[in-house]
Amino acid sequence: MRFSGWRVLKEGLTGNRGWTPHWRDPAPKDEYDIVIIGGGGHGLATAYYLAREHGLSNVAVLEKGYLGGGNVGRNTTIVRANYFLEGNSQFYSYSMKLWEGLERELNYNVMHSQRGVINVFHSDGQRDAFVRRGNMMRSQGDDAVLLDRMGVERMVPYLDFDNTRFPVYGGLYHPRGGSARHDAVAWGYARGADSRGVDLIQNCEVTGIDIENGVVRGVQTTRGAIRAKKIGLAVAGRSSLVAAMAGMRLPVESHVLQAFVTEGLKPCINHVISYGMGHFYISQSDKGGLVFGGDLDMYASYAQRGNLPMVEHVMEAGMTLMPMIGKAKVLRSWGGIMDMTPDGSPIIDKTGIDGLYLDCGWCYGGFKAVPASGFSFAHLIATDRPFDAATGFRLDRFRDGYGLMDEEGTGAQHNLH
Amino acid sequence: MRVAGRGLIDRSRSVPFTFDGVRYAGFAGDTLASALLANDVRLVGRSFKYHRPRGILTAGSEEPNALVTVGVGGRQDPNVRATMQELFEGLEVRSQNRWPSLGFDLMSVSDLAAPFLGAGFYYKTFMWPRAFWEKLYEPVIRRAAGLGALSRQHNTDVYEKAFAFCDLLVIGSGPAGLMAALTAARAGADVILAEEDSRFGGRLLAEVEEVDGQPGADWAGGVIAELEAMPNVRLMPRTTVTGAYDNGTYGALERVGHHRRRRPHLPLECFWRIVAKQTVLAAGALERPVAFRNNDRPGIMTAGAVRTYLNRWGVSPGRAMTVFGTNDSAHRTARDLVDAGVHVAALIDSRHDAPASDAFPVIRGGQVCGSQGRQGLESITVRRPSGEERIQTDCLAMSGGWNPSVHLTCHTGARPVWREDLLAFVPAENAVPGLTPAGACNGEFSTAGCLRDGRAAAARALTALERPVPEAGLPVAEDDPYRTDRLWAVAGKGRAWLDFQNDVTVKDVKQAAVENFRSVEHMKRFTTQGMATDQGKNSNIAALAVLADATGREIAETGTTTYRPPYSPVSIAALGAGGQGDGFAPERLTTSHAATVEMDAPMIEAGLWYRPSFFRRQGEKTWRQSCDREVNMVRRSVGVCDVSTLGKIDLQGPDAGAFLDFVYTNTFSTLKVGRTRYGLMLREDGHVMDDGTTARLGDNHYVMTTTTAAAGEVMRHLEFVHQCHCPQMNVRFISVTEQWAQFAVAGPKARELLGRILDDPLVPGDWPFMACGAVSVQDVPGRLFRISFSGEHAYELALPACYGDALFRQLVSGAEALGGGAYGMEALNVMRIEKGFITHAEIHGRVTAFDIGMQRMVSQKKDCIGKTMSERPGLMDRGRARLVGLKPVGAVKLITAGAHLYDREADPVRQNHQGYVTSNCFSPTLDGVLALAFLQRGPERLGEVVKSVDHVRGIETLCEVVDPVFFDPEGGRVRD
Amino acid sequence: MRIHCPICGERDRREFYYKGAAAAAERPDPQADAATWNDFVHLRDNPAGVTRDLWYHEAGCAAWIVVTRNTATHEVLGAVLAEDRA
Repeated sequence: MRFSGWRVLKEGLTGNRGWTPHWRDPAPKDEYDIVIIGGGGHGLATAYYLAREHGLSNVAVLEKGYLGGGNVGRNTTIVRANYFLEGNSQFYSYSMKLWEGLERELNYNVMHSQRGVINVFHSDGQRDAFVRRGNMMRSQGDDAVLLDRMGVERMVPYLDFDNTRFPVYGGLYHPRGGSARHDAVAWGYARGADSRGVDLIQNCEVTGIDIENGVVRGVQTTRGAIRAKKIGLAVAGRSSLVAAMAGMRLPVESHVLQAFVTEGLKPCINHVISYGMGHFYISQSDKGGLVFGGDLDMYASYAQRGNLPMVEHVMEAGMTLMPMIGKAKVLRSWGGIMDMTPDGSPIIDKTGIDGLYLDCGWCYGGFKAVPASGFSFAHLIATDRPFDAATGFRLDRFRDGYGLMDEEGTGAQHNLH
Repeated sequence: MRVAGRGLIDRSRSVPFTFDGVRYAGFAGDTLASALLANDVRLVGRSFKYHRPRGILTAGSEEPNALVTVGVGGRQDPNVRATMQELFEGLEVRSQNRWPSLGFDLMSVSDLAAPFLGAGFYYKTFMWPRAFWEKLYEPVIRRAAGLGALSRQHNTDVYEKAFAFCDLLVIGSGPAGLMAALTAARAGADVILAEEDSRFGGRLLAEVEEVDGQPGADWAGGVIAELEAMPNVRLMPRTTVTGAYDNGTYGALERVGHHRRRRPHLPLECFWRIVAKQTVLAAGALERPVAFRNNDRPGIMTAGAVRTYLNRWGVSPGRAMTVFGTNDSAHRTARDLVDAGVHVAALIDSRHDAPASDAFPVIRGGQVCGSQGRQGLESITVRRPSGEERIQTDCLAMSGGWNPSVHLTCHTGARPVWREDLLAFVPAENAVPGLTPAGACNGEFSTAGCLRDGRAAAARALTALERPVPEAGLPVAEDDPYRTDRLWAVAGKGRAWLDFQNDVTVKDVKQAAVENFRSVEHMKRFTTQGMATDQGKNSNIAALAVLADATGREIAETGTTTYRPPYSPVSIAALGAGGQGDGFAPERLTTSHAATVEMDAPMIEAGLWYRPSFFRRQGEKTWRQSCDREVNMVRRSVGVCDVSTLGKIDLQGPDAGAFLDFVYTNTFSTLKVGRTRYGLMLREDGHVMDDGTTARLGDNHYVMTTTTAAAGEVMRHLEFVHQCHCPQMNVRFISVTEQWAQFAVAGPKARELLGRILDDPLVPGDWPFMACGAVSVQDVPGRLFRISFSGEHAYELALPACYGDALFRQLVSGAEALGGGAYGMEALNVMRIEKGFITHAEIHGRVTAFDIGMQRMVSQKKDCIGKTMSERPGLMDRGRARLVGLKPVGAVKLITAGAHLYDREADPVRQNHQGYVTSNCFSPTLDGVLALAFLQRGPERLGEVVKSVDHVRGIETLCEVVDPVFFDPEGGRVRD
Repeated sequence: MRIHCPICGERDRREFYYKGAAAAAERPDPQADAATWNDFVHLRDNPAGVTRDLWYHEAGCAAWIVVTRNTATHEVLGAVLAEDRA
């Protein structure tokens, strides 16, 4: 079914009786050409692009819970292309281009809103680091505008400019950055993949990966064995667990990142604002809730929930940056499992096992990557060659030291990001 | 209307307040909701999506409809539940989410368009043309959405945070909570009793049933009086336990000042972190509405709430009451109303075997299938086997049964368990370690049952605490069985509301199922069911029952969405108390801070420290003038700079040298006593972590300096290496950063200045470059290091911190007498760039010793942290960007930090990127702009001209690649 | 979250710095091959369940400790000084 304003109108006039399922609920077949493990944003986008770009539709996506139930459904929805290291820069730039056409591509309103991202900085040193970032963005063809303090004040006058621990010196403004409705991204890709013949199989947990002589043969699942010629892993925080089924150890530690939303409020924050001194970022959803988050809780966890120390730290950062939000009440907090790599950048690569492909290590930045990750992973699985914009995401970079992408500069080893 | 002879209010104290500018009065003890109902105000808000009229639904924090705004400006509090706002004189309240007025809301036209605005409609439209989303559709949606508004002004209220510890935390003070608290307190345990309400007693305050022969409220009062007198009990009224976290930690919000006029320094709220060895959850239960056509009109309330308004506040929400229920609890409402003299037109009970009554008409096997009225209830339509009839009524009290408040038991990941006999979810066994649910939240709905369960829960906690359980009898109370009919939604046409605030109807849930959003999480996210400010407290169970029905599954199989903290919303200001203004991070001040500020030096943040940017002198209008003067001053006479912020770590022990050899790339065990050496420290991944000098003060005694930024990290690292990798080494170390005030004295006249300060003359031969040793200043023992970060003949003089202020003043006046003075960070930075010395602008975490030209400092004779990984091929590759100096050679004389480097003729695009500028300055010494940069194969390209492009600043400069040491490359001046 | 420091007793998580898997303490021989070093610095078991990880009582006694913990439930099962680890 094609969605449009006319369709909404027609259905409204006829009692909304004509709507049909967004996707089917097929029983798993015995065999597929390609099995994608993980029905989150990355897995669904991969399946979509396998069908759309490569004509491969004998594909199943296996999801242990419900589609879009992982990090794609529990992030702070920020979409940006403001990375500054070779490898990341071109990838996120490509993702942004896909975002900009996503609604028409998917015939689904993911509410991608380019309301602009502002990163504020607090010292000459931070400014220079942001200038370096902005220059990379510009040289990549993306947009970046350096704002002085007055420039920031004109755009977001409600920040505390006079009485704050780390005064705002200026900001880097990324006009094409913004946000999107996270669930809709998963649903849009799911609907698109399903309509192209991909089987989306929910409540189907992978319990084993069958490998013979270094070649993948299929998976064992809670809904039976499924043979497959190629298997793609896109399970984010659970990457280590699924990789272990194939006998692999990954350069990944799983951590909890919390996020928060307040009660609905009339529009007051029209940009995405990021505050480096306090690891704090905030935007306002179309429903009116302030959506915000901060840093990792800083302990390995699979619990999908966090603790008060980081909750309070995030709120304190918000209060020093923009004390007007003090009166907003936090409605809900939640946690996601972040697949943290040593250098903070992802992996899209083949593995030592023939037919087994890896898409992981998105750390806390996987949402904005969904389109390009799906596109690149599909390209890799279909062609056995990395996609041009994703050649930097090699698994062996840690071992040989070539092309490490440590955006934060905190060291290419665990627990420093 | 107010009813005589009922309520726990003080009728002798009238309390005036305003709502939307209209003056009303209530009584002391009222909430805003009870006072509004007493004044016959029924319309108090508008729903989120369709802007339908909304009245008061409940009497607690779960209220989804009666949300109002209190206060203005920096004190404006949006989305305040009228049911939780206690009345006080001068309270000014406004309705919200309406325009232009509550009674006439133009936005309510959206209700007419409802057929087109069903579940998830926005995913299917607004896609054309593309640019219209940001420009038209989204702004309109955003303006229509939201409830209350922030004032856009900085918060001006006071908020606090606190910690508390106890043996037993009891959450809730109904019969179960009181009994648990009393039992544990009598056993001597440290007890905290937290109650969300302003008054202890829970449902006992709302019911007429007696406990031990007295009114429930009186019995509760007696228990509280006993607890209050016990030193081991802390009573916390107005305190909502908002979240269960790990290892017995709970978050709790105390509303300290919302119920009174503001007082200076009195916090509005306090957020508590309570650490409890054991916890009894006695959170009670929430009554659920029934979905039927137009069940959302003001005047339709939960039956328990009607009873609460009547019995606690002496208010009847209507004059011609009707009651609709599936259980006996509805009958109590009708009974209490009749007893209070309020007319009850009918009780409609869906059960065919419902109990009869002499006091009011009972319609057995009936269902309310519709309501009528403009902006408020006027009549209901009742369907019974014999047909439909309309009953005039201005208030319908409804009860679809009770949902135990299992929320906190689910915060750490447990899922509640469906009990078919109760038609409700109850807590799973051992859902939260150390937490025992008791009473209604545990599915025990009679008063006697709650008392029993509360006592048993306390006994369990006491046993876990290894305390004896005191013997005591239980109070006598009603022990009626609980029985409810299965009725979630009355069949029929039209819209029947589930989520009153978000306007989610039974149809929406069914449509979600049709579109294959069959998972309860999908349904929630597609319809927004349960995402309103009550987080589904009033609607989730019914919605998932409707979903289960629509998808042909059992409720238990369908499952619930996840319960997440907080239980009820908590202000960011409370959770972030202390962060506003300068409280976000500690401020570290050097001993010279006061003197520096007196000298009119602007202070800048350096990590947590404050350091002077420059010292402005008369006539200097720009920072550059001051900076240039300070540089020239140091290069020509002498300057003084506080360097105390650098980390200082004192290391002692026979293995101190060997330990340093392991953490530094170079060797320190061979350093002679009385000498200082520059050291480079790597992370285990082979990248540079920090640099600094380390002095050997004795055979077994070193003092290390770190950069300001990395002081904490290095200390942690040293402890890690020692305790985890080489605990056998006999060495101990401690940070002495704050124990020593340390000042750089730099310049050709440094020795002369120090000669005037130190007790003993500086004999040149005794103090060669990199020497260190003991000195004294007016008999105060100190340390002197002949090291230099300026490239000049320089020293760093350290005295115990208590002498820092005096020493700084003396050094500065001494320097001024010699034509010198104090210098700040700007001049320091210029001089270090002139000398090619690196800071964290260069060692930014991604560089190796190889990149900064220090690969020879990685000793090949020994192992050290990071050495092996630094030898990975990618980290030694010739093509890496490596440290160079840059000088402008074209017409543009400006090089800026953050600019990217390209071949002279190349397009300045990413593909041609060859490096970047890290630091830049104007050098008064060399009369030109200098920069440090990382350039691919840099050291091989000296003399080459490259292009520096700063896209964001719009600056493009041709630069010559030069050695990073611009000034005095032979280093003659430091050794002079 | 509460962590048991073997020296100071049970303390709030705020007092501790976290470093990750206890494997980070088991430094290989400097002459070991690249795979061994890659394992040590980068690869992790990362279990969903009981794990041993390194914490530093930074705002306390400065002890590095190895905590046995469940990453799925956040249950803390025990702790020893890193110096005393088996």
